[in-house]
Amino acid sequence: MGSQGGFGQSKEFLDLIKSIGEARSKAEEDRIVLHEIEMLKRRISEPDIPKRKMKEYIIRLVYVEMLGHDASFGYIHAVKMTHDDNIHLKRTGYLAVTLFLNEDHDLIILIVNTIQKDLKSDNYLVVCAALNVVCKLINEETIPAVLPQVVELLGHQKEAVRKKAVMALHRFYQRSPSSVNHLISNFQKRLCDNDPGVMGATLCPLFDLITIDVNSYKDLVATFASILKQVAERRLPKSYDYHQMPAPFIQIKLLKILALLGSGDKKASEQMYTIVSDIMRKCDSTSNIGNAVLYECICCISSIHPNPKLLESAADAISKFLKSDSHNLKYLGIDTLGRLIKLSPEIAEQHQLAVIDCLEDPDDTLKRKTFELLFKMTKSSNVEVIVDRMIDYMISINDNHYKTEIASRCVELAEQFAPSNQWFIQTMNRVFEHAGDLVNAKVAHNLMRIIAEGFGGDDDTADTQLRSSAVESYLRIVGEPKLPSTFLQVICWVLGEYGTADGKYSASYIPGKLCDVAEAYSTDDTVKAYAISALVKIYSFEIAAGRKVDLLPECQSFVEELLASHSTDLQQRAYELQAILGLDAHAATSIMPMDASCEDIEIDKSLPFLNGYVQQSLEKGAHPYIPENERSGMIDVSSFRSQEQHEASTHALRFEAYELPQPVMPSRISPIVQASSSELVPVPEPSYHAEMHQVAASLPSVSDTGSLELKLKLDGVQRKWGKPTYSSAAPSTSNAGTHKIQNGAPQPDGVISSSSRAHDISYDSRRQQIEISPEKQKLAASLFGATSKSDKRQSSASQKVSKTHIPAAEKSHLAMNATSDTAVIEKTPQPPPDLLDLGEATVSGSAQSVDPFKQLEGLLDLNQDTSTINSSIVGASRAPDIMSLLGETALNVQGDSVANLLSAGRDDANLLSGFSNTPVRNDHGGCTLVNPTQQLIKGPNAKESLEKDALVRQMGVTPAGQNPNLFRDLLG
Amino acid sequence: MGIRFILMVNKQGQTRLAQYYEYLTIEERRALEGEIVRKCLARTELQCSFVEHRNYKIVYRRYASLFFLVGVDNEENELAILEFIHLLVETMDRHFGNVCELDIMFHLEKAHFMLEEMVMNGCIVETSKSNILAPIQLMEKAS
Repeated sequence: MGSQGGFGQSKEFLDLIKSIGEARSKAEEDRIVLHEIEMLKRRISEPDIPKRKMKEYIIRLVYVEMLGHDASFGYIHAVKMTHDDNIHLKRTGYLAVTLFLNEDHDLIILIVNTIQKDLKSDNYLVVCAALNVVCKLINEETIPAVLPQVVELLGHQKEAVRKKAVMALHRFYQRSPSSVNHLISNFQKRLCDNDPGVMGATLCPLFDLITIDVNSYKDLVATFASILKQVAERRLPKSYDYHQMPAPFIQIKLLKILALLGSGDKKASEQMYTIVSDIMRKCDSTSNIGNAVLYECICCISSIHPNPKLLESAADAISKFLKSDSHNLKYLGIDTLGRLIKLSPEIAEQHQLAVIDCLEDPDDTLKRKTFELLFKMTKSSNVEVIVDRMIDYMISINDNHYKTEIASRCVELAEQFAPSNQWFIQTMNRVFEHAGDLVNAKVAHNLMRIIAEGFGGDDDTADTQLRSSAVESYLRIVGEPKLPSTFLQVICWVLGEYGTADGKYSASYIPGKLCDVAEAYSTDDTVKAYAISALVKIYSFEIAAGRKVDLLPECQSFVEELLASHSTDLQQRAYELQAILGLDAHAATSIMPMDASCEDIEIDKSLPFLNGYVQQSLEKGAHPYIPENERSGMIDVSSFRSQEQHEASTHALRFEAYELPQPVMPSRISPIVQASSSELVPVPEPSYHAEMHQVAASLPSVSDTGSLELKLKLDGVQRKWGKPTYSSAAPSTSNAGTHKIQNGAPQPDGVISSSSRAHDISYDSRRQQIEISPEKQKLAASLFGATSKSDKRQSSASQKVSKTHIPAAEKSHLAMNATSDTAVIEKTPQPPPDLLDLGEATVSGSAQSVDPFKQLEGLLDLNQDTSTINSSIVGASRAPDIMSLLGETALNVQGDSVANLLSAGRDDANLLSGFSNTPVRNDHGGCTLVNPTQQLIKGPNAKESLEKDALVRQMGVTPAGQNPNLFRDLLG
Repeated sequence: MGIRFILMVNKQGQTRLAQYYEYLTIEERRALEGEIVRKCLARTELQCSFVEHRNYKIVYRRYASLFFLVGVDNEENELAILEFIHLLVETMDRHFGNVCELDIMFHLEKAHFMLEEMVMNGCIVETSKSNILAPIQLMEKAS
């Protein structure tokens, strides 16, 4: 392969990478990729492509998809590559299919066979590669095809295989718990594996299992605790250490598991206290990973049965988090505070200042976390402050997802803790006004229900007050422009139901408003429907009260408009209004009883009043009604369905090789012979007939010789193999007993569909919690104060708030200074400051003194960041004398990465020698293998970079190119 | 599930590596990547390394011009994920030697192989660098 380049990759590939790497915009990148697609489409199906070349094509396909374009034309080639004998090619093929396909893709069936074969391979790398794919692409139906082999591999001699087999089983459990239920004990066995890697991996499935069913695993508490102890005592191999912590990721997983097991279980918790406190003591709170473990300890402590000593040390750790300058730690502090606050509510008080600080912080993440905390500590004493803040924030953001969430939280808090009717209504108005279209329709229905059912328990006057204040505020709001539809629906409904109830507003005033609404939102049919229904109610109440009804002119024209509406629903409502206008008082009362929205309407589904009529017709010789499921045409379907359900447990595909096609198709297997075995071995012929018909024709394509037949039989594969996609046993949605809580008017969209029978109960109980005492509410303005001293607190808190502004400002000022100080550093090709926390390569100080660079900046007139500077230095360096000068000064003063670039530039000068070296080490990765000692040298390594650079340069990619960032070392 | 996806995206918002642990269509991926990259790029260095997005969180970390973004479920330990990113970079650094963006681009499949060793089913399964790199080195020897 003459065109092969330095990395064992072709010039073409390197060119592609180069152009993608240097693309300046998404549009440019898209152009490159589209061109690439055209090229690949032409080339990839050429005959006799060398394997290496094909591998490259496939990686190029991966690029195409990664950059957001469709590469489905090449999927089949990736599938074919999985058949290859070379492990590297095979694994690349496997990788590509996992990236391209989902588990329900038609091509999967072509891979299953290869996977089966590979799982039996002698080469453990092949087995591992296959297990990787099993985890990604085996779906419920194909599990039985590989399950026996995977189970066998759990006992494989190579630990890497056992580990992956455990994860494959874990995956099966995630996909279809029932298929591996009998194998779950294997996880416990693997927990005691000699290899820490296998043990660590096993924690993942066990965590899932314990989440679902804690009680079955209580006997493992001691085991987990002792493992954790051993990990903490550094019994695991050194290679698991991370920044001087022994296997922190395993520690964290174990702590998570202990948290589950100890939750609400004193006996289990007691077994953990010692080890958890040990770990907390050992955590290095100056490193990120130490704090991560510390955080997990606190989570564990707040979940298990409380222990005063542990709580104390948790509280200490939390204060440290909150006092930290790092936002990440503050975030954790707020989070853990929210966890611990349930156990020791007093802890929040000492951190008032920090919490308020975080609430005011411009960092959205921190702010939201703080709102979460506030949400948890809301009481009736501080609900007003908190909800107010939340709504203000809700209004200020654009993120609809979070807006929705915070809106529903406001509603929840308001319902739960509302100090007064008026406040409640006002709060709801604000929420609806600003997020009305985002909140769940249920929230609106809930609001209507609360207004209808009232708030104050048995207190009727309170209910009436609530309604009046609702009506009043709605009349005020309704004129405002652009209200959300949901909110308008609530408004219309309430005005219709209670607009005239207290006699304050006349039956001509409210309808006028309603007509205005309908006119203003004339494109919104739902709102119009609510409006006309409200009119129906108001007029029928009037008629029932014996008053004469005069339709306002605007009402008249509104009704006329609806009579001619395209929407039959609106038409019907309009006709009903007309009809009601002609009724007498008695009739009006019975169809539209006043304030009866909470009454249930009984519906007898059997329609007994028709019995006489039916009987008569039958006698006259009419055919009797046959329910749908008994009708003859449907027999097959229904029996099929029930049978399918029955089969679900034994259902499986055949994965062993099919016989060669026979001239005679297998005769129809008599249906409904149930395979009673629940065995896993998938040989269930009889229970199979449904699929047999479908797939019979294409059966051979999955045979052992599948790989040979691929090209021929592909079209057959398109059919779905598994169960037909019937909706999983969804029983016909029962309409039975849909009580509509509303007045008799037929409103198909259901003003309040009583989705909330259960809610009612919870609501009742909630109602009792709310004992609104006005004095308390007025006192409670501060967030944290206990109700008695909250008055004092309020002022102090607000003082604190105002105080905190200043330091914050100062801080930011300081930060500004700091950044301007470090600006120079940032302009050097050193990685940004956050990288410096690695404790390696602390170059920051020296950079400042490098005057030549500043001068250079001026000289070269580069306003971007430095790497461009450097690259142009390198570019300029081709003039050798400048180069040597620069190289020397900079090498001395600057960090190595500059050295790398510069020396690379220098290398340019004696290009020839670089070239002569490179072909020897064609593969860069191989190079690192050959020199294992080099790997161990951490941090920048001038020589290595130099070689790499020369190599790349040979390909025509140079740091002087458009995107010098490509060359920056990730680790400083 | 834990980890939902791991992305490497550079400062210009160009994807350098994408691994999803739940299936998304290309369009969904494109939209998601655009959204979260915009979100993360807009943040300052002083702010948290965590961002809420829809119903999960993104933990991100910047190395030179390359951003590593990991989407995780809400109950995941954010700081641990942040360190997991670092472990990944350290591992790549050990393998490539002074790893840079271009290394990942040229050896995309190897970067993926490392991830395959470290994360399965959205869970962190291996954190020992030598264990992670062993199969990759063996494979290179073989071919």
